[in-house]
Formats: sequence, structure tokens, C-alpha cells
Amino acid sequence: MSKGRYGIHGGQYISETLMNELIRLEECYEHYKNDPEFQKELDTLNREYAGRPSLLYYAEKMTKDLGGAKIYLKREDLNHTGSHKINNVLGQALLAKKMGKTRIIAETGAGQHGVATATAAALLGMECEIYMGKEDTVRQALNVYRMELLGAKVHPVTSGTQTLKDAVNECMREWTNRVNDTLYVLGSVMGPHPFPMIVRDFQSVISREAKAQILEKEGKLPAAVVACVGGGSNSMGAFYNFIEDKEVELIGCEAAGKGVDTALTAATIATGSLGIFHGMKSYFCQDEYGQIAPVYSISAGLDYPGIGPEHAYLHDIGRAQYVPITDDEAVDAFEYIARTEGIICAVESAHAVAHVRKIAKNYRPDQSIIVCLSGRGDKDVAAIARYRGVDIHE
Amino acid sequence: MNNEGILKNKLGKVFDTPNRKAFIGFLTAGDPTADCTVECILEMERAGADLIEIGIPFSDPTAEGVVIQDANIRALKGGMTTDGAFDIVRRVREKSQVPLAFMTYANPVFHYGYEKFFKRCKELGVDAIIIPDLPFEEKQEMEEPANACDVALISMIAPTSESRIQRIAREAKGFLYVVSSMGVTGVRSEIKTDIGSIVESIRKVTDVPCAVGFGISTPEQAKAMAAVSDGAIVGSAIVKIIAKYGEKAAPEVYKYVKSMKEAVAEA
Repeated sequence: MSKGRYGIHGGQYISETLMNELIRLEECYEHYKNDPEFQKELDTLNREYAGRPSLLYYAEKMTKDLGGAKIYLKREDLNHTGSHKINNVLGQALLAKKMGKTRIIAETGAGQHGVATATAAALLGMECEIYMGKEDTVRQALNVYRMELLGAKVHPVTSGTQTLKDAVNECMREWTNRVNDTLYVLGSVMGPHPFPMIVRDFQSVISREAKAQILEKEGKLPAAVVACVGGGSNSMGAFYNFIEDKEVELIGCEAAGKGVDTALTAATIATGSLGIFHGMKSYFCQDEYGQIAPVYSISAGLDYPGIGPEHAYLHDIGRAQYVPITDDEAVDAFEYIARTEGIICAVESAHAVAHVRKIAKNYRPDQSIIVCLSGRGDKDVAAIARYRGVDIHE
Repeated sequence: MNNEGILKNKLGKVFDTPNRKAFIGFLTAGDPTADCTVECILEMERAGADLIEIGIPFSDPTAEGVVIQDANIRALKGGMTTDGAFDIVRRVREKSQVPLAFMTYANPVFHYGYEKFFKRCKELGVDAIIIPDLPFEEKQEMEEPANACDVALISMIAPTSESRIQRIAREAKGFLYVVSSMGVTGVRSEIKTDIGSIVESIRKVTDVPCAVGFGISTPEQAKAMAAVSDGAIVGSAIVKIIAKYGEKAAPEVYKYVKSMKEAVAEA
């Protein structure tokens, strides 16, 4: 069995052209991971530039309203660039720089990872090109302009379904074109090894902080950690340091779109099956012949037909559970948390909020639930308005 | 040496004549229709193709450039499936014993079930399979069931393979697919990789034949690539002809393959 396995999942199903580069990436990462200088540099960037540690906020009004567990929000939305994506990007871009790369490329769905990558490139003085499904460039036009302001070139991807998976395809193609001076800064815990490991490690800062913060505030571990899952980077980051604490429930919220019994869904665990795609063995939404399904969610960031291999493994062994949340539920939750806590969160994160609204009452008031608010929702306001039939222009 | 397995099937014929270079042509199954694919395969054989690669279309062909991506989309829109590709092989085999290979991605084969897939290959007479997203490290899961059915799982070597070349070559079966250039499939005006030195490196550890693909479209390129290897593989240029002439592509494909085969024969 090859490297980078999580049970039967993971691996390196990728073209031969990229194999030596992946091996080199892994070697460099293993080196710098243990290099105090690199860690110090990254820590400084995280604190001084990205604004870490992020707050663990006690959502008192939500707690009272829902009547059950104490609800804590891990505020990744307050990070520089407005989402958890910066955690991974600063790490990978710094690694790219150490490897002697002068150019970084990345895929983006909602635009959050693209904005974060463009930001890191601007900061570290690197060339940056972003691949984004054409449909997503329309849904998230503001983020396209934001990336351009940061000096990145944005390529609208017109192949396939013109969404996140096609942006990943195009990024892989571009990386095989120009591997010498370029690192593909993958945005989620997916793709061929070592990406799922590298992205998880950089994102695990979320649960490292959250664990210390909840112990300080509550004197004990939370009953549950809830986060949204597309590819699964914010959830893997939020889960990771709690995996060893068996009493902590880990709950990933997938985008069910119009519902898991319809074709308009992106809920991979609920509707997918085992497959090999985008460099990894994992679960994917696909048809009877293994053609990857055109998935759908209101949230461009969760609109992905697969899930990271470590999530697939956590599902297999029953350590984490994955639940589908529909567009309707997510939009309701988006509005609910805005009104209740005065926080406009990303529609992705609203999937996690929606689930907490369902389950909070099943817990005692001396228990707590941590919800990862993976990003802020400014980018979604126009789309939510359209969903409610309000015609506004960004 | 390593060729003993493949000699049981028709792949042995592809490179069987000393100093005669092979021409390998590719098309996508069901682009634009199954009938057209069958006809084009038979015409390619008549024009002198030594091996024909049939692409089983995949929704997300990450190793392909725009030309073959579009062919995949056309084929899938036309209803082509893995079973449909097998049926094309069945129809070709009614008339021809030309060596055939499938080219597709790991997922359609995995999803079909490796054993079931390679059993069908054996029954119908598919001699080899090329999977661009299955590198050396991952080949075992597919190689065992393929070997059991005498289907050669073709290994690929890229311009970036360097220290990996000999490790891959040592275990190669059938032939080695040497990728001429960085990037994805598609027509290129110039091929800069030093193929000669890659082949030399391969020759030190195996006598498995080497065929060069990616970016070859002109007779001059095919001749140059075949001169430093055992054959040339052409995909996008043929698919372009099929895209242009549609159902009426077969005579045009014949003309093109004939010119390419002649160029390769001169190498």
C-alpha cells in the first residue's frame, strides 16, 4: 500500500509527471515541520498578520434560545481574509518559498481559499494564479475582484460543471505544465498525499486553540464539536486535536442542497460511494459507471463531489458522524445567527449552525458544544437575498 | 524478460519486427457515436496502426488537454459507458484482430470492479490498459487482477521521472509509455524533452519497448520520436479530425494515420 493512507482511503492517484514533486513536497514538509525557525516564522505570521488565536466566543443568546448545551463559536470568521483558509495558506506559501518556488496556484470555490492564497502571495512576494469555476466567478464576483486587487490572475474555468471540482481539475493540469517553479496550494484536506496531511496539520491550529480555550472557560472538554464539510478542511482542523478524546462527539455537516433524495445535492457521505478521484481514494458522488456527479449546493465552498480521505476514515470507524443539511436549513441558520448573535457567518458555516439548532436541546446545560464558524458571510449576502427573492446588486 | 506475460496476448505483435517502429493511435469511444468509433478503428488498422488505444470517457479527465476533454464530453453526452466501450471492442473483434488497449482513469475501472473489468477485457480481446492517474506506487491493486487476465497494465514515464525511471522500467509490462512533454495531452509545436536519454536509461534495465506520446501531431514529429524509441503514440491530432468531420471522419482518419505510419516506418 502506498503512502498517506487513512484506512483504505487516501494514497497518491496522480500522473507520473507530478510524482517526484509530491515526494519532494513531502520531504520538504517533514523537514520544515521540525524546523524551529520555520515554526517561529509561521507562528509570527499567524499571530501578527492573521490575527490568531481566534476567539472562542460563548454565544449566550443562542444558548438560552436553544435551551440545552452551552454554545461556543470558534470564530475563524475573524481571521484576516475572513475564513479559516488563511491558516493553511500561510503555511503552504511559506513552505513554497522555502522550496524555492516563485509562483503559487490554487483552486477556489466560494473564493475564500483564492482570496487567502492571493493574500499570502502578495505578502510573500510571489506570483499567483487562481482557478475558479465560471459559475462560481458569477456567484462570487466580489471575491474575483478582491483576488485581482491582491495581484492574482483569476482564470474562470469553463470545463465540466464550471464549479469547484473543475477548478481542481484545471489546477492539476496547470501544475503538470509548470511544476518546477510552482506549488499547487491545495485548499482542502484532499488530493494526493501529502496534501491531506499538510492541510490538516496547518488547520489543526483551530482545535489546538479551541481545546485550550474550552478547558480554560469550562474546565472540561466539550460534548461535541460541529463543523461544515465540503472537502473538509475547517472540520478536520476543528476535529483533529479532539480525535483522541473519545467522549467528544465530532459532527460534520454536509451540504444536502435541495435534499439527499434529490439529484441537487453535494452530501458525499450520505449519497456517495467509494471511488478514486483527484488523487485520492475516498467517497465521491458518482453514477453507476464511476462518472463524477455534478453536485449542487447554495454554498460554493461545499459544492464538491468528494470528501477528504481522513474524514472518510473517521466515518468508517465511527469516530465522526456526518449529517446532511439542506439549503433551506442553512439559509434559515444564516439569518438566525445574524439576528441572535449579530454575526453574519458564511453560508458554509451556517450548515454547522443549522445542525446545532437541531441538537442543542439534547444536551445538558453543564455540557458545551463548539461550533466552528469557518468564515464570515459578507460574500454570501447577495446570494441569500436572491434566495429570498430580494433583487440586490453587489 | 518482462515481456513473457504479454506475449500471451496480441500486444506481442505490436513491436515484434526488429527495426520496425510502431504507430499507436488513440480515439475516444463513442465520439461522436459508437458506429463511428468502430469504423475509425477499422480504418486505422487498414492504414497501418499497430495498436489502437480506445479511451473510455471519464467526466473529469485531468491528464487531457482541451481536445480530448471535449471528446470525453461529446461521448458521455451521447450516452457512452464502460459497457458501451466493451461493446465497441466486441464489434471490432468480429472483423479484426488488431491489438487494442483501453485508456481511461482509475475510477471507471475501480467502480466497474477490477476483476469484472479485466475478465471482460480478456473475453473480448483487450490487450492492455493505460491509466494516467495510477502511478507506480498505486499500481498493485489494479495490476494483480489485470495480470490474472493477461491484460498488460502499461507504465508511464514522464520528463520529471528522473530517478524513478529505472524503478518503473524494471517492472514494466507490454510497453513503456514515455510522456514527451510536461503538461496534459494535446498538439504541440515543439517537443523539447531529451527522449533519447530517457530511453537509454530505460534500456539499461529492460528490453520492454518504449513508445512516445503527448504532443505528437506531424509526420516529422512522429518520425523524430520513433527514431529514438520504438514507436509514436498520437491522440489529440486524431481526435481533432473526428471532431471536425464527425460521422464522416473515418476516411480522413485513414489518410492521416497512413501518412503518420509511413513517417514512423522511415524512422
